[in-house]
Amino acid sequence: MRIFFLITLAWLCALIPFYLYRAVKGPTVFDRLIGLNGIATKAILVLVFIGAVSGALEMLVDIELGYGLLNLVGAVAIGKYLEQRGMKP
Amino acid sequence: MIAIAIAFITLGVMVLAVAALGSIRLPDFYTRSHALGVMDTLGSLFVLSGLCVYHGLSFISAKLLFILLFIYVANPTVTHILVRAGLRCGLKPWRKGGSKR
Repeated sequence: MRIFFLITLAWLCALIPFYLYRAVKGPTVFDRLIGLNGIATKAILVLVFIGAVSGALEMLVDIELGYGLLNLVGAVAIGKYLEQRGMKP
Repeated sequence: MIAIAIAFITLGVMVLAVAALGSIRLPDFYTRSHALGVMDTLGSLFVLSGLCVYHGLSFISAKLLFILLFIYVANPTVTHILVRAGLRCGLKPWRKGGSKR
């Protein structure tokens, strides 16, 4: 089962450059924000699998909850800011 | 139990691969946000529920269920807020014949 977790971890890490491409090359600001949101979700999953491989999942689960909350608050704040500012994309 | 966990995690990882492919292939912000918001949430739900099944009935499993519920609520909320901000900033949806990308 540990081998399976390692393969899944490698697969998830290999998915991150797709989102990074969208976050770097996105034509508008919102494309970059959506790419960053995807990277944050992948970071949560990667942390879950690092915990499952190394056996320290009890400690890392709380860190993942904090990471998810930070992602939510940051994305909502930037979205509301861009919406009220009314910028041209 | 382990077979169910492996099936769930494999399905979730395949859904996440489809989401990553959609993020680089789709032509517009709205279609890309559809791929990233919906498929990303579904894949995360499958992967986390697979780990939850693998760990059985324990305290870690309860915390993983809590993360699952949090992602299930938070990720579509973020996508909705970003899409609404893009719509109010005047981002035009993609049309098939249009040359503007």
